[in-house]
Formats: sequence, structure tokens, C-alpha cells
Amino acid sequence: MTATQTLYSRPEALRRVPTHYCPGCTHGTAHRLIAEVIDALGIRERTVGIAPVGCAVLAYNYFNCDFLEAAHGRAPAFATGVKRVRPDLIVFTYQGDGDLASIGMGEIVHAANRGEKFTVIFINNAIYGMTGGQMAPTTLPGQITTTCPDGRDVRQVGYPIRMSELLATLRTPAYVARGSLHEPGRILEAKRFIEKAFRYQVEDRCFALVELLSTCPTNWAMPPDVACKWLADNMIPYYPLGELKLPEESVTS
Amino acid sequence: MKGAEAIGEAAIRAGASAYFCYPITPQTEVAEYLAKRMPQVGGVFLQGESEVAVANMLFGAAATGKRVFTSTSSPGFSLMAEAMSYIAGAELPVVFINVMRCGPGLGGVLAAQGDYWQATRNSGHGDYRCPVLAPCSVQEAAELTVQAFDLAEKYRNPVILLADGMIGQMMEPVSLDSLTPGVPSEKPWATTGCRGRDPNIIKSLYLDPHVLEKMNLRLSAKYRRMVDEEVQVELYNQRDRLDLLVVAYGTMARICKTAIDILGEEGLHLALVRPISLFPFPAAAVHAAARHATRVVTVELSQGQMVEDVDLALRELGPSEFFGRSGGVVPTPDEVAGAFRRLAKGACQ
Repeated sequence: MTATQTLYSRPEALRRVPTHYCPGCTHGTAHRLIAEVIDALGIRERTVGIAPVGCAVLAYNYFNCDFLEAAHGRAPAFATGVKRVRPDLIVFTYQGDGDLASIGMGEIVHAANRGEKFTVIFINNAIYGMTGGQMAPTTLPGQITTTCPDGRDVRQVGYPIRMSELLATLRTPAYVARGSLHEPGRILEAKRFIEKAFRYQVEDRCFALVELLSTCPTNWAMPPDVACKWLADNMIPYYPLGELKLPEESVTS
Repeated sequence: MKGAEAIGEAAIRAGASAYFCYPITPQTEVAEYLAKRMPQVGGVFLQGESEVAVANMLFGAAATGKRVFTSTSSPGFSLMAEAMSYIAGAELPVVFINVMRCGPGLGGVLAAQGDYWQATRNSGHGDYRCPVLAPCSVQEAAELTVQAFDLAEKYRNPVILLADGMIGQMMEPVSLDSLTPGVPSEKPWATTGCRGRDPNIIKSLYLDPHVLEKMNLRLSAKYRRMVDEEVQVELYNQRDRLDLLVVAYGTMARICKTAIDILGEEGLHLALVRPISLFPFPAAAVHAAARHATRVVTVELSQGQMVEDVDLALRELGPSEFFGRSGGVVPTPDEVAGAFRRLAKGACQ
């Protein structure tokens, strides 16, 4: 006789509600990984999340912890405010590429440079999702969106910004990693990055950011499986995966 | 004590535990004072990368239930307007100190009152109001700073202390011991971790129009309560028959008092209504005082903003005359007395 064992269930840090995300979208995967990490670290009751403006604007309805809803791009400033007056709380922002790399470029760079001890989950799907598929700072060269209908022309609007690489140049100690959510092995790797990013905060070590390459089947106009393949073939060559910066290394740089 | 320092110290006495700032003339002394003082009292001092970021840091810090504030000057206040709208929508208590300089644009760094509309209407987008307090001395700046924290908590709303560059830069004796801040209230809404309760969510997003309208109606009732309970006004030299009633606030009101005294020695009867709360505007006090006056003049360090509120208050008695200087030009009491003399004598004829 073997006792029944639960191997897989909904994390306590996620509410038992359906999400509004499109079929095949990887936001749900990202939410689940974060929630699993929060559960594993036992920090749900002292965590404050900051939701962005973008598809994840309603993230506060899905996570089972205290939450603030930020202005577009300002989540790192919100998080700075919370963390500075309550360093005992665990604070994370959840931001898309328009939010973090376009309108919120100033806030994220300076929060990272000050070494604010919170965690950033950066969803990079190379497009604006909520507003319906416009060009993002991360849109790939030649990629078609509603505001670059002939494909991103780098002579007009420059090249996509590699945010993780940019932030990794800062001298202030930080943890910066880029993972991907397009296949199971990479999802498990992304979870390890996320866990590390939260652990650095729990240990009061450093600013931590995990970029997650994500799909947007709706606005890419692809079935979910094709979107995952498109991510692997097009995004990963431009946005290589792995840990870009560890706090231990940056001390001497 | 310098006005800017008195404001900083008063905020500490009021229990402020965090101050976020970006340097801008003519109030950077508040930041310089608090950079030293905040660490001494175990508070947070942080210079942000922009006023945009600073105001959003205030949202986050206020959401934890702490008393938090910033100080800035006109162009910086414009940049904070985005977050003020969110803070008003999320109903968080935050104190904003705007030491006005002259504009528009980069303008100049001298004293002006050109941000009256911006402060008393909406600096940011959407359907909201903020109490606005306007000091006319360094002592009053300290007292109103303390009041601003209490009001912000009472209404869970941003509160604006609207001073001008003169108040920020002027040195005057201040009694800090007379400041009596209220006791911070319980804040069951704060996002402090959900131990032992359901998660708290602080937001301003309401996608259902009926839910948002209900929220708008609730906010509107709150603003009406401010109008009922928070009017503050000083009446100077009131009497039954006036040759001229003057309405002015802040530094301009002080100059007007001296001008009124000068003309009093000439046998002219002038009085002053000095709004201390600009929102809610002391409309009833203006109307009541104006009934004793042949004419009313509004005096501002601008080309005329509060005068519109005065005219609304005067109703059938109006409209008011206007005298203003701007661009950083502050008129002397003699210049103001000259303008009053012409108006008062014109009224007598």
C-alpha cells in the first residue's frame, strides 16, 4: 500500500481564480513560477508585489499577497518607496518590456544603480500586448507590429534594447539573469533564476532582475506552438540566455 | 530659522518617517536640511532620479502606512502631477510641498503665485481634489506643515502646502514647541504583508464604469466634507464700512497688510481676507466681508488666478478688481498702497 502523495497543485501564493490572459500566453507560467518560489521561501505573508501597466495590470487579482498597482513604468519607484520604509518586507515588481524598457527606463536604471534590494521580473515578449501589438523597445529588427507594419526599421528607430546587458554594466552589485518560458527545460531554468533573485533579497544582498523571454501568440498572430518556436529561433539569438551578473563578481569590478 | 528648514523640521515633528526629493531652486534647503536630520531621527532620506520617480516612491512608501512627504518647486511639481493623480485615486496620505517660483516653463527662481490653478484644481488627470494650505510666515509654514500631515491622514488624500519662494527663503523666529501633531491613525488598508488577514490591494484601476462612478461619488463626498470642515481664513482689520476689501494669500497678503496700515493712517478703511486654505476656498468669508465694502480687489503674484475664485464667491457683489505683479517681481507696500489708494478713492467718488 502506498499513501497518496500530492506532487503538483496550485501554489498558496496564487489565488484560485481564472486569469484573463490569452490562450498560449506565458504570463500564466511566469505567475506560477513566482508563486512557487514565494511558497518555497515561505515569504507570502511579508511580500508586496507591484503590478505594471500592460497585460499584467491585473496581476493583483491573481497573486495571493499584498499588491500595489503602479503607474506605467513606475513600478521600480513604487518598490523603492515600499522597501526603503519597510526593509523587512519582500518586494517584487512584475513589468513588461514597454513598461520597463520604454516609459520606465529611468526608474529601472536608477533603482538598479542605487542597489535597491527588491526583485524585478521583466517579461520580454518583444511587443506591446495590452494595447494591441505595437512596437516595443525590444521588438526585433524586421518584426512586424501595428506601428511598424513594414517591420522594425533600425535606421529609423534603432535596435532593440538588451535591458539585462545594459543593467549588467552598472557597477553596483546585482543579480541579473535572462531565462525563457518557451519549453519545459528552460522554464525550470527560469525558476532557478527567479528563486535566486528572491533569495538574494531575503538575504538582504542586492537588486535582482530576471528577464523572461515570453510569447504573445495573439499579437504575434501565431498559434502558441509556433510562437514558442519563433521565440527560440528569433529571440534567443538576439537575447542570449543565462546569468549575466552575480553580486559576488561585481564587488571587484 | 529659514522657511525651508522650518518646513523640514515641522515635518519631522509631525512624525514624517520618509522624505523623497529632487533638488530644485528655491527650496533645495529643505532637502539639504533633511539629508542631515532624517538619519538622526531614524527616518528615510532619499534623493530620487527625477520628480516623476520621487512622487511614485511616495506612493509606495505611503502604501505601507508611514507618514511621507516631498518638497519641490513649480516645474518639479508639474512632474509629480502624474503620481498625485494615482495617489488621489488610491486614497493615500501624502504631503506635497510646492515652494512656487515663477513661470511658465523654466521661468525664473524668484517668488510667484502662478501655480494657484494647478494646486487648487487638478495638477494631474482625473476627477479629484486636494486640500491646499498657503502660509504667509515661517511660523505658519511650520504649523501648516504639521496640519497637512494630519489632514492627509484624516482624508486619506494628498495635501498640498503651497508656499512661495519668499516663504522658503525668508528667515524668521519660529516656535517649534507649539506644534501639536495629531496621533497617527490605524491603517488597516496598508500593504504591510498579509499575515493574519486577506491581502490588501492598493490601486486606482476600476474597469467597470459603474464601480468607478461609485468610487467617484465617494471621492466627491469626501471633497464636499473638506469644504464643510477645513476652511481656514484670516480676517484683518474688519469693520462695518470699508473703502476697499483686499483678498490676498501668502507673501502677497503680508505686503497687503502693510499697505492697509499705511492707508489707515490716511483715514482710508481697508480690510484683508487672507485665505489660508485655498481649497477649500473661504468663499463665505469673502462674500460676508465684501458686503461691507464698496469695492473688492484681489492681489496676487501672478496675472490673476485666485481672482476667479473670489469672483465666484462674490456672486451678485462682484466682480473684483485685480492687482498683480509676476515674473518674480514682488511689489513694495508703497506700490500696493498706491494701487489701493486709487481704487479706494475711485470708489469714494
